Amino acid sequence: MNSTAFSINLLIDLQQIFHYQFMQHAFEAGTVIAIVAGIVGYFVVLRRSAFAAHALAHIGFAGAAGSVLFGISPVIGLLVSTNISGFTMAILGTRAAHRDTQIGIVLAFMLGMGVLFISLYTGYATEAYSILFGEILGISSNDVLLTLVAGLIILAAVAIVYRPLLFASIDEDVSEAKGMPVLSLGIIFMLLVAVATSIAVQVVGVLLIFSLMVTPAATAQRLAKRPQRVMIIAILISLMATWLGLFISFYEPYPVSFFITSIVFSFYLFVRFVYQRIKPMESFSRQARKVKTFDK
Amino acid sequence: MTTLHSKIITAENLVAGYEGNIVWHDASFSIDQGEFVAIIGPNGAGKTTLLRLLLGLQQPISGTIKIFDAPPKRGNPQIGYVPQRHIIDNETTIESLELVRLGFSGKRWGFSLFSQNDNKAAFDALEAIGATELAHHSLNALSGGELQRVFLAEALVSNPNILLLDEPLSNLDMRREKDLLQLVNNVVRSRNVTALLIAHNINPLLPFLDKVIYIANGKVATGNPKEVLTSESLTALYGVPIEVLHDSKGNIAIIGIEDTHGHE
Repeated sequence: MNSTAFSINLLIDLQQIFHYQFMQHAFEAGTVIAIVAGIVGYFVVLRRSAFAAHALAHIGFAGAAGSVLFGISPVIGLLVSTNISGFTMAILGTRAAHRDTQIGIVLAFMLGMGVLFISLYTGYATEAYSILFGEILGISSNDVLLTLVAGLIILAAVAIVYRPLLFASIDEDVSEAKGMPVLSLGIIFMLLVAVATSIAVQVVGVLLIFSLMVTPAATAQRLAKRPQRVMIIAILISLMATWLGLFISFYEPYPVSFFITSIVFSFYLFVRFVYQRIKPMESFSRQARKVKTFDK
Repeated sequence: MTTLHSKIITAENLVAGYEGNIVWHDASFSIDQGEFVAIIGPNGAGKTTLLRLLLGLQQPISGTIKIFDAPPKRGNPQIGYVPQRHIIDNETTIESLELVRLGFSGKRWGFSLFSQNDNKAAFDALEAIGATELAHHSLNALSGGELQRVFLAEALVSNPNILLLDEPLSNLDMRREKDLLQLVNNVVRSRNVTALLIAHNINPLLPFLDKVIYIANGKVATGNPKEVLTSESLTALYGVPIEVLHDSKGNIAIIGIEDTHGHE
């Protein structure tokens, strides 16, 4: 893939890139995943469930390693293991404060299982490597289809539960008092995270899942005050990072996931330390003012 | 005003608590439409428990509690609720209007953008408590007093008959405390809403109150503040010597039960 050199003419570059089927697949799956991650990631950030998303990905590692051992596609193992454990987590800890310890306990056990499966697997170590760090360039057309279907299911589900989930995520006590099924909404949320994580692992892997599920939404939250806008910005950030990452990796011999994580992180740093200095969102300048008045 | 029909909340021999652990017992009282009621008492005495019973989030161990002659049920649209803790931190950049709108139509399933109607209801609620200028501010940028006003708007947006406020004054300085109480009082008087407000200190509330519910040592005393909060009545109720002290400004302090109240 490095035999082709980057030229100034982007059109020719893109033609070259899309000449390869694996690049087409990568762009197709990457696009679906970026959109899904931007939306689900917003709820992850809003509900302060980053640790749960992190844990689900690690549990997915055990599932993926197990399914590789039995000769099944890792995505299937990911989907099954993350959905079961996401459901369990949602039922065990209804209050956010109790979740961390329980999740941590399950997470450690499942990682242990993953290690066992990997050691039992006599094939290539690259399988484990691609689960941990992503291997979007090796994605098959079946995987693309699966990703598309999973992505559409997530979007449809979010569309149905959008407002109640938003309400329960922002103001759980009031929404519970208003009769909203907060436990069921918590379960639905965890299942959304489970499916989104399973497909996102193909791009960035288990260990780098935050780069798509958390960083773009956390960055977007600093740029907008309305949920829909935050989600749109989060999608744009993850789309840009995925496309740009794929584009660069076509010419440079380094992993795509490295480029994606670096791009979203640079963006976060830029927004946090440069953009907000130049054009502070009213809230942050008000905060600064408040601190000053307290000083007096 | 206190005719038979205007009774909005009635409790008879109410016993509250969790499995095997009675928090308080034998509470019998009634609250009329349009009354401003304070719930006071030491920490852990079971003040929030009373609100949870009214919200239908918890069931009584025995006895009855009724709202408009029906047992409380979760999701009662006649109740507006401001819980004690909202998770508002640095990361909560969402704007006030959004929260108030969710209070109005957050229960709606299916994808739809907020309608003009949602917006109007939210702005009306913000206007009712004089907080329209906060509509487009992020929650993380609001002061304690401003946040309480937005929460109050969120509770009022569905036009409830009953307001349940759990320690809305806890993080406010004296001036903001007074402002907020004035606001709640205006709502109570102008809309004939019944408000139950949990507070730690009864004194700032005294000018506004119709009734007080005093919860301590597993017992509940209810009535007009002047009648209930006296050395004689509290001593009789609790069976231990309790003194209610008055200062020259009319502030009171209750001495003799774990925690003392008052003293400004």
